[in-house]
Amino acid sequence: MDLANFLIQLLNSVQYGLLLFMLAAGLTLIFGIMGVVNLAHGSFYMLGAYLGYALCAAWGSLTLAIAGGAALSVLFGLLLERLLFRHFYHRDHLDQVLLTFGLIYIFEEMRSILWGDDVHGVPVPAALEWSIPLTENLSYPAYRLFMSGVCLLLAAGLYLLISKTRLGMKIRAGAFNRDMTESLGINIQRIHAIVFAMGVGLAAVAGIVAAPVSSVYPNMGSQVLIMCFVVVVIGGIGSIRGALIAALLVGLVDTFGKVLLPQVASMLVYVLMALVLLWKPQGLFKQ
Amino acid sequence: MSTARAHLEVLPRSIQLVLWLGLLALLAFPWIGSDFHAQMVSRMMILAIFAMSLDLLQGVTGLVSLGHAAYFGLAGYLLAFMTPPGEPVSLWWTLPVAVLGAGLAAAVIGFFVVRTQGIYFIMVTMAFAQMVFYLFFDNKVLGGSDGIYINFKPDAVLFDLENKQVFYYFTLACLVGVYLFLRRLLWSPLGRTLNGIRINEHRMRAMGYSTFGYKLTAFTVAGALAGLAGYLWGAQTGYVNPELMGFHMSAHAIMMVILGGMGNFAGAMVGAFCFEYLLHLFKDLPTVGGFQMGKHWQLWMGSFIVLVVIWAPRGVLGLIQRFGGDSDA
Amino acid sequence: MHEILLSARHLTKRFGGLAAVNDVSLDLSRDEIHAVIGPNGAGKSTLTHLLSGDLPSTSGQIQLGAQDVTGWSADRISHHGLGRSFQKTNIFSPLSVWENIRLAAQSRSTPAPGNPLGWWLRADAHAGVNQRAERALNLARLSARRDTVAGLMSHGEQRQLEIAMCLATEPEVLLLDEPLAGMGVAEAERMVELLLALKQDHAMLLVEHDMDAVFTLADRLTVMVNGQVIASGTPAEIRADANVQAAYLGEEHA
Repeated sequence: MDLANFLIQLLNSVQYGLLLFMLAAGLTLIFGIMGVVNLAHGSFYMLGAYLGYALCAAWGSLTLAIAGGAALSVLFGLLLERLLFRHFYHRDHLDQVLLTFGLIYIFEEMRSILWGDDVHGVPVPAALEWSIPLTENLSYPAYRLFMSGVCLLLAAGLYLLISKTRLGMKIRAGAFNRDMTESLGINIQRIHAIVFAMGVGLAAVAGIVAAPVSSVYPNMGSQVLIMCFVVVVIGGIGSIRGALIAALLVGLVDTFGKVLLPQVASMLVYVLMALVLLWKPQGLFKQ
Repeated sequence: MSTARAHLEVLPRSIQLVLWLGLLALLAFPWIGSDFHAQMVSRMMILAIFAMSLDLLQGVTGLVSLGHAAYFGLAGYLLAFMTPPGEPVSLWWTLPVAVLGAGLAAAVIGFFVVRTQGIYFIMVTMAFAQMVFYLFFDNKVLGGSDGIYINFKPDAVLFDLENKQVFYYFTLACLVGVYLFLRRLLWSPLGRTLNGIRINEHRMRAMGYSTFGYKLTAFTVAGALAGLAGYLWGAQTGYVNPELMGFHMSAHAIMMVILGGMGNFAGAMVGAFCFEYLLHLFKDLPTVGGFQMGKHWQLWMGSFIVLVVIWAPRGVLGLIQRFGGDSDA
Repeated sequence: MHEILLSARHLTKRFGGLAAVNDVSLDLSRDEIHAVIGPNGAGKSTLTHLLSGDLPSTSGQIQLGAQDVTGWSADRISHHGLGRSFQKTNIFSPLSVWENIRLAAQSRSTPAPGNPLGWWLRADAHAGVNQRAERALNLARLSARRDTVAGLMSHGEQRQLEIAMCLATEPEVLLLDEPLAGMGVAEAERMVELLLALKQDHAMLLVEHDMDAVFTLADRLTVMVNGQVIASGTPAEIRADANVQAAYLGEEHA
């Protein structure tokens, strides 16, 4: 593999990894802080993508679609948390599995009713339709760099929020010791709602941003869900840093795997997970 | 409140009655119903075996596996590989091979998976099952996404499984056999140990139990029994594809067990029958005012599941017991 | 001198920069109750976790009888003759008292998990297990509550059950973490009686806050403050020790 190809695959790895991170960050936060296992997380990604497609078609601008989609999905997340998830924080994991699986079904149909079952393409915005030339024959699409950029920005924002703001401090306190935090007068319910809505928002925005590259299709949620779980398991539940490193690792293994060892490519990530579990049963950066 | 009744381990009278009536109904069914319906019930019985195998893991040991279908599907594929395209293969050695093969796969995967706890366990079982799924999906050699056909039912020599009624009763015999085996296991030292692990694993270790070995055993036995169900499924439908090992199949199994009531195997059977019946019901709904209710069956199924979780967490058996007029709950 | 059944040397447990247990050594001898006392956060419970194998030590050795058990897991140490009760009641709440104890007793003769015989025999038909369980049930004075659901009993009775479950595995060494916690006067008296009765044939470690009970029961005392041992000896020696008085006991017990 020559340098240009290597560079392309590296960039692809990072782009895929960062996208996974957006999803895994939400999942690991929701689990680490509220203790809820959420199988419907992939559905948020799928719903976000379809919503983004619809908004883009209606308003003609991907940027507006991202903004509108983010706002709507955060609202949706708040509603979902208030009506349903809030009552399941103290329930068995099994009940949560069941609940979120039922939701997967419901969300599938919601999408089917609202936007149909077809596969859709979303056009790359005109401003980003160019490519960066790497060699005579190879170039890298600017949109993919934009995608990575957006994910990085959101990742940085998340990091700043969690480690530098008072809200972030309250979130970390709540994750560490819920009862104590509550008795300190901090409104833990509001924190949970915010964290949940953030998770939903991140997943949905990931879906919209990824749409021009991966298209919008019914199964996209379940496909990404499993990768998400692998990332969270490798990184360690509750750890944002773990999610980032694990996501990049998974991105690298998956992308280079598909190029170098196509017959076993899809299994490589699981082998990676198995190895990590043998070494550290609770993930690399378990809190 | 009696202790064993807390988890419905000792089946109350009302439920015993339901089971006996159910057995009678199953015995009589091929004489009353059509061939088509008998096949449908055969399928339900096979799924009931699958659900009971999961109940051992989930209801008794407390391990929630989102990847149990991997062993179900694997056994079906083993039958497919063992059956030549032109003639049937003997039941008497292929069945043990499929069951042992599924058990072996469960033992290997279990070795990695059982060392994790709680939410990790759930995620990791799902991940490994997906790995198995992709192994078959991506490789033409193993049938790929198209799956494999099994052109002949296994040859039982003593009886003819190609005869639908014979196959039905053979499946019923397997169902009863698995139920009795598991009920016996429930009260054995292993069963009591697994029960203890579910309630308080930490204390079990403090008392000297090496819990890893027991959990792995439960995982393996459950996998082997799922394999039995998968073998029967492949034999009955004549077709296996990667979806049999997929996430949806695993999730269906979980729902069947919860729907019926966990920890006593009777609930798993009841749950399997109810779940399958509901699925058919929803899928056959008519079109009302231009809205294809049947096509959007997932909406009804999903809502039903959510309602069950919120209002009937102890499942159908819990409801029967409550309304069955048993002295003390 | 009684036979030493458990011996800990220079046990240290660090969590990050904090040493919860710092260079602690002690011996447990047969027919002796060795009490460990100290203010909250002194590291007494952590020490118990180290001795029982629930937590791995950062450094130090533990010897059970003739065997070095440093680094052994909790279940392995249990099989080697150690039993412990927990500070926070740690029983099987949905099960009956009898089943709780029987399950504990079963641990000693249960077939290996892969042994199909262990999937077939009836668990409650094993004579040896039942005998051991019966004995523990009687020793802990719980015979009358045999069929009661454990979770429905009073706090004091549950603490008794904790002890019974320990005894069912027939250990030589007993680690008891605050057995009297949360008990009323009458219940506490009964427990003290029980513990005195158990002293014979066992080496006992007792972590307790109830000073009256401690001085009634203990043959030896170790005082811990901030993870370290500040004094160790007979109750009379400890009562007279100036450091101990300053750090912990106060004037009333001088």
